[in-house]
Amino acid sequence: MQLISRKQGSTSIRKIKKIAPALAAASCSLLSVASSDVLARGEAGTWDFEVASLFYSEADDRVMAAEPVFSATKTFEDGEVLNLKAVFDTLTGASPNGATPSAAPQTFTKPSGNGTYDIAAGDAPIDDTFQDTRVALSASWLAPINRDWEYNAAFYGSKEYDYLSIGTSGGFKRYLNNKNTALNFGLSFSFDNIEPEGDIAKPLAKMGFDDASFDVSRDGSSDSKTIIDALFGVTQVINRNTIMQFNYSVSLSDGYLTDPFKILSVIDDTTGGNFVEGGNNVYLYEARPDSRMKHSLYWQTKYALSNGDVIDGSYRFMLDDWGINSHTFDFRYRWQLGSSYLEPHLRYYIQSEADFYKPYITETEYLAGNLQEATADYRLGDLDGMTVGLKYGHKLDNDTEFNMRVEYYLQTSSGDDGFGLLKDQDLYPDTKALIFQVGYSF
Amino acid sequence: MKFLKIATIIVLGSLVLSACSDLGVKPWERDVLARQEMQLIHDPVEAGLDDHIYFSKEASSGGRGFGGGGCGCN
Repeated sequence: MQLISRKQGSTSIRKIKKIAPALAAASCSLLSVASSDVLARGEAGTWDFEVASLFYSEADDRVMAAEPVFSATKTFEDGEVLNLKAVFDTLTGASPNGATPSAAPQTFTKPSGNGTYDIAAGDAPIDDTFQDTRVALSASWLAPINRDWEYNAAFYGSKEYDYLSIGTSGGFKRYLNNKNTALNFGLSFSFDNIEPEGDIAKPLAKMGFDDASFDVSRDGSSDSKTIIDALFGVTQVINRNTIMQFNYSVSLSDGYLTDPFKILSVIDDTTGGNFVEGGNNVYLYEARPDSRMKHSLYWQTKYALSNGDVIDGSYRFMLDDWGINSHTFDFRYRWQLGSSYLEPHLRYYIQSEADFYKPYITETEYLAGNLQEATADYRLGDLDGMTVGLKYGHKLDNDTEFNMRVEYYLQTSSGDDGFGLLKDQDLYPDTKALIFQVGYSF
Repeated sequence: MKFLKIATIIVLGSLVLSACSDLGVKPWERDVLARQEMQLIHDPVEAGLDDHIYFSKEASSGGRGFGGGGCGCN
């Protein structure tokens, strides 16, 4: 009897030992650190894989991107979670260069300085010379320290032809109230370096149309910036069906924050057409401040309905010392249909313009020479973004899922409509994009 | 001043959340919350791809996690 009993006992203990890390991982992932995208999906000691591919296509022959992702996550016996991820990104197409459309045809020097490109009268000036591939690799690690504390660390690196970004982050999580509350603290440090073909442009330098004047507008071959982020978050289990998160984060960027490919048009005070000097239209390379501090508040709530459906809502408020503030509302409803699900998605984003955003520079401002900073990049102007999407997923078994989603993204900008000839031009064209993604996890 | 307001909201919000001992569940009541789709980031790959898209097209990033560095996204 004793022998049998002992055997049964040891089997039970072994079972408990096997289950314990899985339970620990499940409860840890409940309160997953917002700063890390590690998620414990499977059992302890096994690998979980996810492959996905994103296709992003903007209307009017603008940006197209294909982005395959490979992600592997291992959950260890003691509750540690390792995630390795690789993202490959191929970009082609055209991007607005910042200049205004014009009643007359326009010619621009390519960012590399090698030749020019033409834009027809009335057309939005877009630079179709950009093409890039990007590889991004990341590794993150999450581990319990004891019953109440957990730490995480992550490394990240991405490389494009002319751009390098590397970063590291780390943080701690403190559980309270029987793990119903978790406090998250995290810090992140990133370093970015840009080395554009044709070198860096001098701030607000005039676009040159021959080798000599192009060289005058150059200011070194590369430049860099550092970004430090700090995050403080509280995650709270509200009840059996509801979990809530509240984050505050602050981000300080320092260094070269300008986009070397963006320009501004100088507009004639009298006509509202392009201001001409020496036979050429005058365009200036943009200049942004060399530091930026952002504050973000983020709130998210997930609620499970009794029929298995899940409501996921979030809101983010961001403000920075460039004068921009933004609101982001995100809503998903996961409609459970047996082993499949449908997930409608709505996202609404609204931002105000940066203090130094100008859709164009007037002749008077240009000749006075007092401007220190200016950008016509619509992404720093007043804009609204609306995303509508639908995702379909099908679980083949507990660990295997196939999913796909289609989303439509519409960005509308607004601002000063100009004067004279400029009034006839569409200074704020919409950006429309189609997003398609397929994924398989196993 | 804005920063002070934010800091006050955070401190008060944290206190409210962490001081509410009525909130929460017993360990055996975590069945629903343990479901994959109830994780705050239930699809990390999709979340990462979305972050990259919106980082490239809008002036805001981060919030849910770190904004971090990124790319020469045009």
